[in-house]
Amino acid sequence: MIQLLSNVSLAERAYRIRRNALRMGEVQGQGYIAQALGIADVLAVSYFHALRYNAEDPHWEERDRFLLSIGHYAIALYAALIEAGVIPEAELETYGSDDSRLPMSGMASYTPGMEITGGSLGHGLGIAVGFALGLKRKNSNAFIYNLLSDGELNEGSTWEAAMGASHWQLDNLIAIVDINGQQADGPSAAMTSREPQVARWESFGWYTQRVDGNNIEALTEVFDRARRYEGKKPRMIICDTKMAKGVQFLEDREMNHFLRVDADEWQKALEILDAGRPA
Amino acid sequence: MSAPAKRLTTSAMIASLAAPGQRTKPAPFGHALVELAASRPEVVGLSADLSKYTDLHIFAKAYPERFYQMGMAEQLLMSAAAGLAREGAMPFATTYAVFASRRAYDFICLAIAEEKLNVKIVCALPGLTTGYGPSHQATEDIAIFRGMPNLTIIDPCDALEIEQAVPAIAAHQGPVYMRLLRGNVPMVLDEYGYKFELGKAALLRDGPDVLVISSGFMTMRALEAATMLETDRVKTAVLHVPTIKPLDEARILAEAAKPGRLVVVAENHSIIGGLGEAVATLLLRNGVTPVFRQIALPDAFLDAGALPTLHDRYGISANAVVQQIKSWL
Repeated sequence: MIQLLSNVSLAERAYRIRRNALRMGEVQGQGYIAQALGIADVLAVSYFHALRYNAEDPHWEERDRFLLSIGHYAIALYAALIEAGVIPEAELETYGSDDSRLPMSGMASYTPGMEITGGSLGHGLGIAVGFALGLKRKNSNAFIYNLLSDGELNEGSTWEAAMGASHWQLDNLIAIVDINGQQADGPSAAMTSREPQVARWESFGWYTQRVDGNNIEALTEVFDRARRYEGKKPRMIICDTKMAKGVQFLEDREMNHFLRVDADEWQKALEILDAGRPA
Repeated sequence: MSAPAKRLTTSAMIASLAAPGQRTKPAPFGHALVELAASRPEVVGLSADLSKYTDLHIFAKAYPERFYQMGMAEQLLMSAAAGLAREGAMPFATTYAVFASRRAYDFICLAIAEEKLNVKIVCALPGLTTGYGPSHQATEDIAIFRGMPNLTIIDPCDALEIEQAVPAIAAHQGPVYMRLLRGNVPMVLDEYGYKFELGKAALLRDGPDVLVISSGFMTMRALEAATMLETDRVKTAVLHVPTIKPLDEARILAEAAKPGRLVVVAENHSIIGGLGEAVATLLLRNGVTPVFRQIALPDAFLDAGALPTLHDRYGISANAVVQQIKSWL
């Protein structure tokens, strides 16, 4: 079974993913909420437009594999997996708690739908290369999606994998980089010079597109093109996103890599989100 | 004036451990893997620009469609092996022990070991098996890997054991680190009717005076030393421990507890963090306290040079083993 055709709009999906993430953030009182709000549109398009999967069988052989190398974005992926029906909504309240299947950093052995253990940044794209080679061995038509962050582009291993993917002509590999401009110590641009991203990936042999990662219509187009492209190349989708997108007072915080939100602010954040719910 | 004595040369990475005239077998790992792959279609080989130097090129030639050349990129080598394993393959990933242990540790740890993935990491130049210097001498690889949960570690002695270890580690579900002797590898253990069993130590010879507990090619040295010690009427037992983790605790304790023997652990590894320390803590935890000594490489970056020179210098040649044991009796 593939996900059922649905009347629910992608914008509504993104809203629900954001809402799930905020509710999980409230359980902990803090966390990587800004990333989750920022990447929600990309996840909505991934899980409700691009990916083939079976919510009842997360190991379905013909599924597209979605690899989250940025372990701290787990809160965002859980939110999407709950919306997709892979994780029961009731588990949302266990986020980051003792004995939960939803640890703060994503673990393959804990969570249905979590393909790899992320968290040690710079692992995901190399593992994705192995997945892609493995699927080709099996003559599978499935695609590998790997969500990375701009911070992960600091890691040399990411570039080893970038070279390997084009050398092996991995046309079943679609990487997505979330360019949100923030890292643990401050703005990404102040760490390692970040641009020109498109030229870099193209020079490494990737079919590269750049898109506003909070524009759902534009996202569906680039995701479609990444899949349909006929060249024997790995595909890169560079997504510029807005940290904390959808909750203005959190967007406005200057350092929002790891947000501390006061107890009374969660309700305020949910109200702002609800007010902006798509019609 | 007499001509200066010819100096021994380094031989870089192709030095054989075999003494002149010793029986050897070429590339036992490569040939064993080819044989295994015939009945195990999930077996694939990966290397990081060192297939020729890990004997994996023999597999690559036999099964080109199952060989992945990852380039000189050890982090990618291990991550890609993890991904392939997740898709049902059984990757044999090869490089030098220094690069796997020092450079790719985080990738082996999180992407492979934490997930108990079925990846076999087979690494050449363990300990002091090249005279090329510290960049290539993996004197602390076991110390590095012993702390990694889920990882099985083996240190085979000779060509026979390598041949037998390949199907044995394939039969074991989970990650394995194997120290590899490559090229023309000495053939020793066939004379002892030996059969490798994962996780098992084997008593190759018995004796009432000294018990040498050893792994890797130091078992070969221990056997030579035991023969040499016979002329001094010293009777030496040799317990070969090819599986460093998990240790065959019961067998080691049973042998070490026999009274009246000097216990010597001999290993091709730093004195820190290897078999010697593993055995020492095992014995102490269990209240077994024989006179205990270690033959191991010093806690130092070692010299470059010719292997025979270096093995003498650092105490792991057969002669050096004999001298040390005699000094402790």
